[in-house]
Amino acid sequence: MGAYILKRLISAVPVLLGITVIVFLIMSMIPGAPATATAILGSYATPENVEKLDRDRGLDKPLVTRYFIWLGNMLTGDFGRSFSLNRPVLDEILDRFNATLVLAGVAFVLCTLLGILAGVVSAARQNGFADKAFTFVVLIGISVPSFFLGMMMILTFAVNLRLLPVSGMDAIYGGGDLPDLPRYLVMPALALAVVATGVIARLSRSAMLEVLRQDYIRTARAKGVDERRVIMGHALRAAMVSIIPVLGIQAGFALSGSVYIEIVFQWPGIGRMLVDAILKRDILLVQGGVVFVAAAYVFFNIAVEVAQSLLDPRIKT
Amino acid sequence: MSGFLKLLFRNRLAAVGAVIIGLICLVALATPLLPRADPDVPATADRFQRPFRPGHLLGTDHLGRDLASRLLWGTRLSLAVGVAAALIAGTIGSTIGIVAGYFGGRIDNVIMRGVDMLMAFPYILLALAIVAALGPGLMNALIAVAAVNIPFFARNIRGVTVGLAGREFIDAARLAGKGHTRIILTELLPNVASMIVIAMSTTAGWMILETAGLSFLGLGSQPPVADLGSMLGEARAALITSPHTSVVPGVMIFLIVMSINLLGDGVRNALDPRLRSGALTRPRAVTLVERRGAIPAADQKGLLNIQDLETQFHVGDRVYRAVNAVSLHVNPGEALGIIAESGSGKSVTALSVMGLVASPPGVITGGAVRYEGEDLLAATYRSLREKRGDKVAYIFQDPLSTLHPLFRVGDQLTEAIQAHHKEPDDAARARAVELLKAVRIPNAESRIRNYPHQMSGGMRQRVGIAMALANDPEVIIADEPTTALDVTVQAQILSLLDDLRRERGLAIIFITHDFDVVAQLCERVAVMYAGKIVEEGPTGAILAQPAHPYTRRLMACLPELGGGKRRLAAIPGLPPVVSDLPPGCAFAPRCDKATAACRAGEIPFDGDAAHRVHCLHPEFAPMEVLA
Repeated sequence: MGAYILKRLISAVPVLLGITVIVFLIMSMIPGAPATATAILGSYATPENVEKLDRDRGLDKPLVTRYFIWLGNMLTGDFGRSFSLNRPVLDEILDRFNATLVLAGVAFVLCTLLGILAGVVSAARQNGFADKAFTFVVLIGISVPSFFLGMMMILTFAVNLRLLPVSGMDAIYGGGDLPDLPRYLVMPALALAVVATGVIARLSRSAMLEVLRQDYIRTARAKGVDERRVIMGHALRAAMVSIIPVLGIQAGFALSGSVYIEIVFQWPGIGRMLVDAILKRDILLVQGGVVFVAAAYVFFNIAVEVAQSLLDPRIKT
Repeated sequence: MSGFLKLLFRNRLAAVGAVIIGLICLVALATPLLPRADPDVPATADRFQRPFRPGHLLGTDHLGRDLASRLLWGTRLSLAVGVAAALIAGTIGSTIGIVAGYFGGRIDNVIMRGVDMLMAFPYILLALAIVAALGPGLMNALIAVAAVNIPFFARNIRGVTVGLAGREFIDAARLAGKGHTRIILTELLPNVASMIVIAMSTTAGWMILETAGLSFLGLGSQPPVADLGSMLGEARAALITSPHTSVVPGVMIFLIVMSINLLGDGVRNALDPRLRSGALTRPRAVTLVERRGAIPAADQKGLLNIQDLETQFHVGDRVYRAVNAVSLHVNPGEALGIIAESGSGKSVTALSVMGLVASPPGVITGGAVRYEGEDLLAATYRSLREKRGDKVAYIFQDPLSTLHPLFRVGDQLTEAIQAHHKEPDDAARARAVELLKAVRIPNAESRIRNYPHQMSGGMRQRVGIAMALANDPEVIIADEPTTALDVTVQAQILSLLDDLRRERGLAIIFITHDFDVVAQLCERVAVMYAGKIVEEGPTGAILAQPAHPYTRRLMACLPELGGGKRRLAAIPGLPPVVSDLPPGCAFAPRCDKATAACRAGEIPFDGDAAHRVHCLHPEFAPMEVLA
C-alpha cells in the first residue's frame, strides 16, 4: 500500500508541472501588461517608471526563462509578493486557504453523507414516496444557483427568523471563539453542499439500482441474508466503487464553488481573495492562488484513488 | 426520431421542462418587440419600487430601472451567452475528440494528456484564471466558460469515436481511397452528431449557470448592460431592504436551469435502452406472488414439492410465460435432473422456489411450492429468509458473477453461516475452513483470505458449493453448476456433489442441458420445453428410450465419444418466444410428427406416475417399456 501511494504521488509530479505551465501560459496571455503596471503604479505610471517596473518584474526576459524563475522560486516557498496587499503571496494564501478548507471540508462531508443516504433510500424504496420526494428535492437542488440559494438563506434564517448570523466567520477571525464557528458555518456549508448533494444522490441511486440487479445480490439473498444487510452491506459496498470517483469530482466543485459562497457570506477564504485579486489585477496573487488550490485538488484526488484501491481488491496496487 | 419524441414526451417532467424553456426562449426572442421601458436608463426617483406597481410589474432596482424590462433583456443575454458557450465548447471539444479518437496513437496520446491536465483543475478555478488574464467582461466570461467545458466534450466524443473508428465501415471507406477529412465528415460525424447534440443540450444549463456565476462575481457583463447573474450581483447589496430585486433574476436562473435539466434527463432516459427495458428497477427481496387460480391442495409427494407452478415476466404490456404449470418433487437423498435448452424456463423454475426471481418483472401467477407441506409462496418474508440457505440452498452458474467481488470468500462463507446461526466469528471461520476442505480446496486456511478474482473458475465453483453446504441444507438446487467449467473439473465437481448427497442424505435438483451430467448423477429426470415439462421419468428409462420427440432429438444432438462419424442432428428452428405461445404443443412447429391435433388443444400427460410424457404421438407408449 505504501508503494502504491508513493507511485501515485510520483505520477502526480507531471500533473503538477502541467498545472503550473497552464496557469503561467494563461497569465502570460494578458494583453494589458501596461494596464497592470498602471494598476500598481497608479498616478506614478510615467513611461520610465513603467519600464523600470517591467524590468524589476523580469518582463524583459523571455517567456521560458520567466517560467523557470517563477517555478524555481515557488519550489523554495517563494510565491512572490502581492502588490495589492503588500505581503508575501504564500502567507496570504495559507491564511485564506484554512478558511476555505473549513468551509469546503464541512460541505464535502455534508454532501457525501446526505447524498449517499438519499440515494440509497431512493433506490431501496424505488418509486415509493421517499424516492419521489427525494427526486423532487434533488432536482431543485441541482438547478438552483448556489449564490442565489445562499442569499435566500440569509434572508430567511438570518434576517427574518434571526436564527443565525448574516455572514462572516467571526469565530476565528476577529477574535471570536471556536465554539461559535458552527453557527457561522451552517448556512454557507449547506448552500455549498446542496448541488453536490443532488449530484451524489442521483448517482448513488442509479449505482444502487444497477448493483441490486447483479447476480451476487441474488446469491446473498439465497444465503438467507437479511434484506437490510443486503442493501447496506452488499449493495452499497459495491455501489461505492462507482460513487467514490464522483466524490473526487464533487470535492473539486466544493473547493472552487466556494468562490460564490465566500462572496455571499463574506467568508474570508481563498475564493474571495482570488476575485479581489482579479479585479485589482494582482497577477502573482492569482497565479499563486490558482496553482495552490489546483495542487490541493490533485492531492485530494490521490487520496480518493487510494480509498478506491482499499475498497476494491481488483485494483492492482 | 418521432418514436424518440413520443418516448420523450411520455415522460411528463421532460415535457414540462420543454414547455417552460420553450416559453422562456420565445419571450427572449420577442423581447425587442415588446413595449417595455429601456432597461438601462436610470430613473433615480423611482428607486426600489415594490412589485405590482403600475408601469412596473416587477418593481424597480437600485437605479429605478424597470425590473421586468431588465429581466427580459437579461434573460435574453444569459440564454444567448449560454447557448453560444455550449456551441463553441461543443464544436471545438468535439473536433478535438474526433481527431484524437480517429487518428489514435501518438496524436491521441498527446491530446488526451492535455485534456487530462485541464481536467485536473477544479474548473471554476480555471475559468477564473482565464477571466483574470483576459480581464472582466461578458465576452471574456463566455470564452472562459466555453474553454473550461472543452475537455468534457473532447473526452466524451473521443470515447464514442474510438469505438466507431475500429468498425468495418470506416475501414471500407479507407480502402475505397477516401481521405481523412472526407471520412471524418461523411462517415464519422453523422454517427457522433447525436451524441454531440445530447452533450450540448445537457451542458447548456451548466454553462448558463457558470456565466451567470462569473457575472455575479462582477467578472462577466459590465454595467449598465446586465445579464441575470450581474442583476443578482448588483441586487445583493440591497438584499435585506429590497429582496425582490434579488428574487426576480434568481428565480429566472433557477427556472431556466431546471427546465433544461428536466429536458436533458428526459433525453437521456429516452435514449438509454436499459431504462426502456426496465432493467434499472430494483428487484424486491421476494418475488411478487399474485396467484390467480385456486391454490393446489397439498399432496404428500416429496420433501420439496412444486405444484402447477406458473411464473411470468411482465414487461410493459407483454407477458412472457416462462414457467407453465410445472409440477416436480424431490425426495430426501434423491437427485432429480431438469434438462432443457437455454431459455426453456428451467432456471426460473428453480429460482421461483425460494422467491428469487427478479421482480419486477417476474411474477409468480399460480401454483404452490411446498417444503415439508408448507406453502412457500404464502410464507412471510421472515420465514422464507430463515429457510433460504438453511433448508434449501442454491448453487449458481458462473461463480465469478455470483460471488461478491469485494468480499473475501471466507467472509462470504461465514456470513452464510451467521445468517442462520449465532456463532462467534472464530467458530464460524473455523467452520468455513472445514467447508472449503470438504469441497477439496487445497490450502483452505490461506484460500479463505482470497477474493473471488484471485481464484480459478473451478475453485470459485467449489466455494459456491461450500456456501450452499454451509448450513447443512435438506435440499440443494444446482443451476448449471458445471457449465462454465472444463471437463475434468466438471467431473470432479459432479462426483463431489454425488458423494455429498450419499454422505448427508441431501436432495439435489440438478439443472443442466447436458444428458451426460444427468446420467452420472440423477435418478429421475424431467425434460422441459418452452416452460413446460414434456417428459418425466427414471433416468435410465428415458435415456434408453425417450418417449417425447423433443427428448429424442435433444439426445440426438449429442456427439458420442468413439461413436464414429455421423451427422449430428441439430433441431431445426428455435424454441418459441414465450410471450406468444401457440396453442397445443409448443414443440409442434419443430416436430416431424406433428399433426393438426397437436396444434389444437391441451395435450394431456400420459403414462404412469413413474414415466410420463406430454405428447399425442410419443415414440412409444411409456407403459410398454415398464411392463
